[in-house]
Amino acid sequence: MTRTAPDRLDEDLPVLPARYTGRWVAAVVVAGAAVMIVYAMFTNERFQWDVVGQYLFAPPVLSGLLNTLLLTAVSMAIGIVLGIAVAVCRLSANPILSCAAWAYSWFFRGTPLMVQLLFWFFMAALVPKIVLGIPFGPSFFEIQTNAVISPFTAALLGLSLNEGAYMGEIVRSGIRAISKGQTEAAKAIGMSRAQTMRRVVLPQAMRVIIPPTGNETIGMLKYTSLVIVIGYSELLTSVSIIYSRTFQTIPLLIVAAIWYLAVTAVLSVGQYYVERHFERGFSPVRPVRAGRNSGRPSGPAPAVPAAAAASPAVELERLK
Amino acid sequence: MNDPIVSARGVRKSFGHVEVLKDISLDVHAGEVACLLGPSGSGKSTFLRCINHLEKIDGGQLWVHGERIGYRRAGGRLRELKEHETSRQRASVGMVFQQFNLFPHRTALENVIEGPLIVQRRPKAEVRAEGMALLERVGLADKHSHYPGQLSGGQQQRVAIARALALKPSVMLFDEPTSALDPELVGEVLDVMVQLAASGMTMIVVTHEMGFAKEVGDVVHFMADGSLVESGDPRQVLEDPREARTQAFLSKVLA
Ligand SMILES: Nc1ncnc2c1ncn2[C@@H]1O[C@H](COP(=O)(O)OP(=O)(O)OP(=O)(O)O)[C@@H](O)[C@H]1O
Ligand SMILES: [Mg+2]
Repeated sequence: MTRTAPDRLDEDLPVLPARYTGRWVAAVVVAGAAVMIVYAMFTNERFQWDVVGQYLFAPPVLSGLLNTLLLTAVSMAIGIVLGIAVAVCRLSANPILSCAAWAYSWFFRGTPLMVQLLFWFFMAALVPKIVLGIPFGPSFFEIQTNAVISPFTAALLGLSLNEGAYMGEIVRSGIRAISKGQTEAAKAIGMSRAQTMRRVVLPQAMRVIIPPTGNETIGMLKYTSLVIVIGYSELLTSVSIIYSRTFQTIPLLIVAAIWYLAVTAVLSVGQYYVERHFERGFSPVRPVRAGRNSGRPSGPAPAVPAAAAASPAVELERLK
Repeated sequence: MNDPIVSARGVRKSFGHVEVLKDISLDVHAGEVACLLGPSGSGKSTFLRCINHLEKIDGGQLWVHGERIGYRRAGGRLRELKEHETSRQRASVGMVFQQFNLFPHRTALENVIEGPLIVQRRPKAEVRAEGMALLERVGLADKHSHYPGQLSGGQQQRVAIARALALKPSVMLFDEPTSALDPELVGEVLDVMVQLAASGMTMIVVTHEMGFAKEVGDVVHFMADGSLVESGDPRQVLEDPREARTQAFLSKVLA
């Protein structure tokens, strides 16, 4: 067997960086394709960029955008709170709570969101009056359902209740990712179940929960466009009202797309910072040793004083 | 003799059909260091966890500081405690786990002060000063702002000891505190425990460190198959065991 001459440590050879020819080829192909697409889009008259520019900041579009943002933010906020509640109930030892949470998820994940929205909107037909009082007894408070259920409240109810079911699953998987040792350590220092959840489990579960929640938020941004069926004027409804009058469908859809993309970009940046916040303490992870005999790969000498490595008997001598 | 800090009378515990603790009775007195030895699966961890009510016992009685763990007197009867009432009982028992179980999202100091701050709701400035003193005591004052992931196993375990001490417990439970450590890190943790014992802390230690049991232990309890087989002076039990099962175990461990 022939062997190349072993490298000698004292040889001082010049160092060349590794070559990645494939990367350069890929870069040229991708850049070329991107330039072509952009060029085609901007030179194609039928995109009507002048109309896009004309409507991008038009007041009805901006007010639609504002409604979209409001609906997304409020529905997500309620959805997250509901999701935490559903997950905690689902994992609770109380069988009634856990069944109820399961049934909630089953129902709201199992029916089309569009149906749920219509259902809330037409609730007055089913339940004409909302009454607060003692069951089968006197009532303290009565209100016509139609007075409460506006397109906005129906949209909010539909979106947030639906979101709560999905968030419940996301939060539950996050909670389950936290080891039992953490809850036991929390119990051992006398923390109540609520304190353990709030101070120990959820902050760590957030690392698992945030990325899919980012997905949900971006998804919600676009699901809000479904409320078009109950006539709440968010971004897509607003542009559709305009193009049904002017027939400039494509440029107006581009206007909506631009705003959705812009908001998504902002949300992605936000997600980055939220993720970084919950990454506290996790970044430079040194794994916990599994067993006592897992030998450490020989590295630099351990930074432990020699006396500490010796048997405790030696230490005892010192104490006496 | 003074009243025992921990007292077990006929404690039983089963998981399903498997009886893991069979009629365990023992006392641990103030200032005593009791070492629990025994083969894997003999129920040592389970017994410690019962003392801290992380597991519920199925029979017998368990007292800590004269309080029945998991129950309170209600008239002439015993009423099972609710979750938040057991939390209060737990605060007088410190526990150190094999896998440390530090909170990874909190710094060393935050780990230590979590109990006093959140459970006992004491003022932050006071609690911080005490926390720093405790970290000083385990030799880690300079690491107070490190996260557990940035500490070695031995350092993490010392922080875990400080965290348990922060609640000023009347007894400390150690479940194989050095078993997850590289050999060269075992000594620094044992040092802290030796000092703790010298300061008069009541300790129950599950360990495979025979040297520690012999030198620091006041009494050794040997368990096998869920029963307490033999108890006594460490030197006597370890060097001249009476029971055949103890002899068999020791000949394997010391071989
Ligand atoms: N949560 C549980 N569910 C079912 N069985 C369990 C549970 N915890 C412990 N056991 C069983 O109880 C027995 C005693 O376990 P325990 O952990 O107390 O032993 P140990 O003496 O601490 O052993 P080791 O030295 O390996 O830590 C074992 O047979 C174990 O499989
Ligand atoms: Mg064990």
